[in-house]
Amino acid sequence: MSFEVGSALSIGAILFTVIIVAAMLIWVERRLLGLWQERLGPNRVGPFGLLQVVADMIKIFTKEDWVPPFADKFSFILAPPIIMVVILLSFSVIPFAPGVGVIDSDIGVLFVLAMASLGAYSVMLGGLSSNNKYALLGSLRAAAQMVSYEVFMGISLLGVVALAGSFNLREIVLSQSDGWFIIPQFVGFVIFLIAGIAESHRLPFDIPEAEQEIVAGYHTEYSGMKFGMFFVGEYLGVVLVSSLMVVLFFGGWLGPAFLPPIVWFVLKASFFIAFFVLLRAAIPRPRYDQLMNYGWLFLLPLSLLNLVLTGAYILWQEGL
Amino acid sequence: MFRLIKDTLGSQCVTLWRVFMHAFAKTDTVEYPDVQPQMAARWRGRIILSRDPDGEERCVACNLCAVACPVDCIALQKAEDEEGRWYPEFFRINFSRCIMCGFCEEACPTNAIQLTPDFEMAEYVRQDMVWEKEDLLINGTGKYHDYNFYRIAGKKIAGKDKGEARNEEAPVNVRSLLP
Amino acid sequence: MIFLFYTAAIVALIATIAVIVSTNVVHALVYLIISLLSVAVIFFALGAPFAAMLEAIVYAGAIMVLFLFVMMMLNLGQATQDEEKAWMQPRLWIGPGTLVALLLAQLTSVLFTQDVAISPVEVGVLDISVLLFGPWLLAVELASMLLLAGLVAAYHLAKK
Repeated sequence: MSFEVGSALSIGAILFTVIIVAAMLIWVERRLLGLWQERLGPNRVGPFGLLQVVADMIKIFTKEDWVPPFADKFSFILAPPIIMVVILLSFSVIPFAPGVGVIDSDIGVLFVLAMASLGAYSVMLGGLSSNNKYALLGSLRAAAQMVSYEVFMGISLLGVVALAGSFNLREIVLSQSDGWFIIPQFVGFVIFLIAGIAESHRLPFDIPEAEQEIVAGYHTEYSGMKFGMFFVGEYLGVVLVSSLMVVLFFGGWLGPAFLPPIVWFVLKASFFIAFFVLLRAAIPRPRYDQLMNYGWLFLLPLSLLNLVLTGAYILWQEGL
Repeated sequence: MFRLIKDTLGSQCVTLWRVFMHAFAKTDTVEYPDVQPQMAARWRGRIILSRDPDGEERCVACNLCAVACPVDCIALQKAEDEEGRWYPEFFRINFSRCIMCGFCEEACPTNAIQLTPDFEMAEYVRQDMVWEKEDLLINGTGKYHDYNFYRIAGKKIAGKDKGEARNEEAPVNVRSLLP
Repeated sequence: MIFLFYTAAIVALIATIAVIVSTNVVHALVYLIISLLSVAVIFFALGAPFAAMLEAIVYAGAIMVLFLFVMMMLNLGQATQDEEKAWMQPRLWIGPGTLVALLLAQLTSVLFTQDVAISPVEVGVLDISVLLFGPWLLAVELASMLLLAGLVAAYHLAKK
């Protein structure tokens, strides 16, 4: 097995950076939303409100961490760490730059998909153990949404995998050196984007936690640091999906040589993170059945068609 | 199929673009403690009791404001001075209950009770939110500068007999048969 | 890798026993997921990363989600838990226990006589693909036809 395991220091650095970035997104999202809604956003704590994150952290750590007496304690406590652990594990296969990354795995794409599918348990167990109608409704929605959109996410990735001829994310990046996969795989990219939003239940598809209908959905009963884990897990998901889009469709760290590779990666990923916030600012939430119909009746045939056409193109290229 | 793409993807992209362009618009936020906001004259804020142009209290203690108040935060007691004027013996507004609806202002027949654009009235002690008449009464006329209730109404007070008010006819002696 | 194999195997055994003895259905399901994940680790340790990932995606990630989904709809409360507890009588263990012990004895005897050693052989994604779309092409196509039929049938049933 060809695994280049990074040193303990680099693993720690990546873990730390990813968590800090996810925490900073609390501030970034609020400032960007303010920008697009002609407001200012948090700007009081520290320069430009940068220390808002610290204030939020202090608040969330000192809050009462309450387990409702009617909840199933075992699953209630188990649920929030799952999403954080699962998404942080997914980061282990992401190649940030040449030589920067945790492992160089031959099954990278599959690993990310497996972790994404395990992430559904966090939401489901959280909602189920809360013993609350809204939480149950939210987790039912989340389960159906995540299981369905996993399918399209996987199939839309397969076009890229077929073109690169590998499940290894580092090799996928390297095979884009003469052209990013966004051009041949535009349809795949759009499907992956939609499925990625649905998978991280971000705003246009935040049906599991739709405040206007079901309070806060699956995390209605959560407070304190357990809620914080769901919260940071969501931002980690945003960072993960953005990095995956960069790696799979936008050439990862590749870019003109006047900037170092890691800077290119960060720039591209930041663009997509900002795009996620823009989506939140702009697009209203669809109804639940619309989401499911859209997925199964439109995205599934489209992604299958995309895969078939990609396969045909590869065969035609090889002159079979 | 084309229609579907145009209606879904197309309109979403237009929405995204328009919201994105808001990044270059001027922000509406007023940074309040540093910059005082421009309050409209008709803003419904702190309640005052005004005086008429002669410097007398306008309030005639008719209790209409207390009746109109949806949260029952106004309490007053009528008294009468030797000139025949009515006035409130005490006038108390509990601002911890007041919802600044302005119904008292609309109900007032003498323009005495008025809402002002001042909104900075937070307190640390709840009891300090109860304002008495001496806190409420101001030395000016408020929004209506030359209105004086007793000069218009037919009520008799010292120095103004029946029929001496503005636009008022002299009283008719109904018992007299003379033309 | 041997260490990984044995730890995963122990976790799988404990989790599977916990599935059987736990009275709360949700807890049992969580243990079943852990058991499946440790089986995935065993696959990985034995040199089949592709099978390991499929185990995690399909069994732990998709099928168990559907189990949990159904569990949510059933509204199981304290009554079911008490019922489960009532069923957990020691004398009910005698029959299945003896049968399983017999099987276990057979298995261990086979293992001791056969002299099997763990020798991980790396089976990459490419090897599996070549096998699947080479000699087993017909079976793969038949399975995909079956899945497609299932998909269409599910769509048809859901439409009513």
